Amino acid sequence: MGDEVQQLTRAFSGTVSICHRNETCFDRSIILQLLLPLMPSLIIISCDDQLNAKRIEGLGGLGVDEPTMVSALARWRKQPEKRSGFRKGFPGFFKSHGDIDRCEEEYMLHLAAEFARFKNLMVLWAMHPWERDARLAHHVLHQHHPPAILVEVASTRSADELLGARRAYHQLFHHSLEEDVAYRAKDKPYCNLLVGLVSAYRYEGPRVNEEVAREEAKALGAAVKSAAAGGKKLAAVAENGEVVRILTTRSKPHLVETFKYYKEMHGRRIEEDLVGHGHGEEEETLVETVLCLAAPARYFSKVMEGALRDGADHHAKEALTRVAVTRSDHDMDEIRDAYLEQFGVKLEDAIAAKAHGHYRDALLSLVGAHHQQ
Amino acid sequence: MATLTVPAVVPPVAEDCEQLHKAFEGWGTNEKLIISVLAHRDAAHRRAIRRAYAEAYGKELLRALGDEIHGKFERAVILWTLEPAERDAVLANEEAKKWHPGGRALVEIACTRTPAQLFAARQAYHDRFKRSLEEDVAAHVTGDFRKLLVPLVSAYRYDGPEVNISLAHSEAKILHEKIHKKGYSDEEIIRILTTRSKAQLLATFNSYKDQFDHPINKDLKADPKDEFLATLRAIIRCFICPDRYFEKILRLALGGMGTDEDDLTRVIATRAEFDLKLIKEAYQKRNSVPLERAVAKDTTRDYEDILLALLGAE
Repeated sequence: MGDEVQQLTRAFSGTVSICHRNETCFDRSIILQLLLPLMPSLIIISCDDQLNAKRIEGLGGLGVDEPTMVSALARWRKQPEKRSGFRKGFPGFFKSHGDIDRCEEEYMLHLAAEFARFKNLMVLWAMHPWERDARLAHHVLHQHHPPAILVEVASTRSADELLGARRAYHQLFHHSLEEDVAYRAKDKPYCNLLVGLVSAYRYEGPRVNEEVAREEAKALGAAVKSAAAGGKKLAAVAENGEVVRILTTRSKPHLVETFKYYKEMHGRRIEEDLVGHGHGEEEETLVETVLCLAAPARYFSKVMEGALRDGADHHAKEALTRVAVTRSDHDMDEIRDAYLEQFGVKLEDAIAAKAHGHYRDALLSLVGAHHQQ
Repeated sequence: MATLTVPAVVPPVAEDCEQLHKAFEGWGTNEKLIISVLAHRDAAHRRAIRRAYAEAYGKELLRALGDEIHGKFERAVILWTLEPAERDAVLANEEAKKWHPGGRALVEIACTRTPAQLFAARQAYHDRFKRSLEEDVAAHVTGDFRKLLVPLVSAYRYDGPEVNISLAHSEAKILHEKIHKKGYSDEEIIRILTTRSKAQLLATFNSYKDQFDHPINKDLKADPKDEFLATLRAIIRCFICPDRYFEKILRLALGGMGTDEDDLTRVIATRAEFDLKLIKEAYQKRNSVPLERAVAKDTTRDYEDILLALLGAE
């Protein structure tokens, strides 16, 4: 029975709570011995009365293991004592109140999010890409999702995809995207940068004017230097008119050349110069812009790693679904390569280790791997 | 609304090409023939004629025209023959490259075209100039004008009728406040003018009049020599009353000593297939003289002929 309990608790998002101080948790310590060698995502939390909701967030993996849960239904049919043993063996989910083992509120919320992961993925996948991007942008503006998502949508889509998203935004929300961005970000230092990014309709041909690219690399370097020298935060760079002009109007091939010249002239890549100057939203928005424009595959691979590491927060985890769905048809192969290069592990293996059930299988299909269960 | 007159039965495209080719043949050029064909065909026909001409004679029609005719007449014919999106792209490129504070082509393109037409112009710009419109405007325009014009040409405004009235009231107040502090290039003014939809802007300007007892443009006349203020006023007029805006351009172009042919050609060539009729009516109302008569008085020969043809006066 310990075996089956362990399986089922793992199916509920791989979370197990063990009481390690209370002598009455006698049965549970046996379970601990059984479980320890078998569970990669074993988390230990105390049997305090109030479970800390924040600690629950980083627990376990992503999604739930639906097949295991369903098989438990069959195996334990007409055996309520097994269910009762399960409840007693999972104090993170259930709390004993005399005769009844009640559900923990925080855990129920956590479970709702995990069960919904697969649903959210499928709905996002089914949508037209233009509507998808318009809704993602709207969430940033009206539900305070991280502005990085807006930078991502504006900078990694093709000019016509961005136009389509703007059109969809008109139809869905009866405003223009740039109108809403300008309004919501109007007091932030990166406002002009964001408005410029979402309004851009970049030339997509390969023609690049080398001289202009060189000059602009110089201008970017000067802006970065003057911000660093003046001891100002990098917000000053994000507000610099020349920087905004270059990043929001030049074509992507032109920017790639410009960043290449930047590296030649200054010995470092521009994103290295921008990072490490503090972690305010302003700095991050600028760094994300540069990364998305210059090397989107590496940017996306970093986002995915952020979702898969321990202690990832709610928004970081949602990014996994978003990147998998939106890039599956485009540059997912490059992202897989970048992931292997940056983190030494195959993306599909990292996903298989952290995610469960249908959600895991969905992610693996989108990522283009053929992982055997 | 359009003044363009097209014959009830349009000759087949091949015949039109032949006529044009004949007009170029031999010594001299038959300008009247050129006008009788091109000035009486709509955009779809003109596109078909250009394609067929290139196939039949191995030379671009516009190139051939450039070889045969010159000066103001050439500019008028070529601008007219282009499709609206290309025409806007060409005008925008000319102005961006040699930009000066009095320039109005960019403002007109951004504010009197529908959002779809503005976007078509941006696409045509890519095709023709291998750069984006906003890229060139940003690179050639400086200072406060750049802060204003780049977002103005990059906007893809909501095109529908939905308006938020309380937002209109609050943004009218914001505009009033900034104008009174003489912060004309304030980010809020630019944000409102360059991102809000036309319907929302009209509601905002109405609210301004209701709240402060005079139209917003009255408050933007503090310094008659300030070109930035003049540009703001032009933007607002283009939204509120484009026909009267264009009427004024024409009146200033035709009035006084000499004639500003660039403005005259631009307005007539760009509006003939849209709302030149309304502009004519506004002109008559304001000047007590039909526009055709004023144009005939101030222009001569072939240039006069094509303008009158586009005005529907033949």
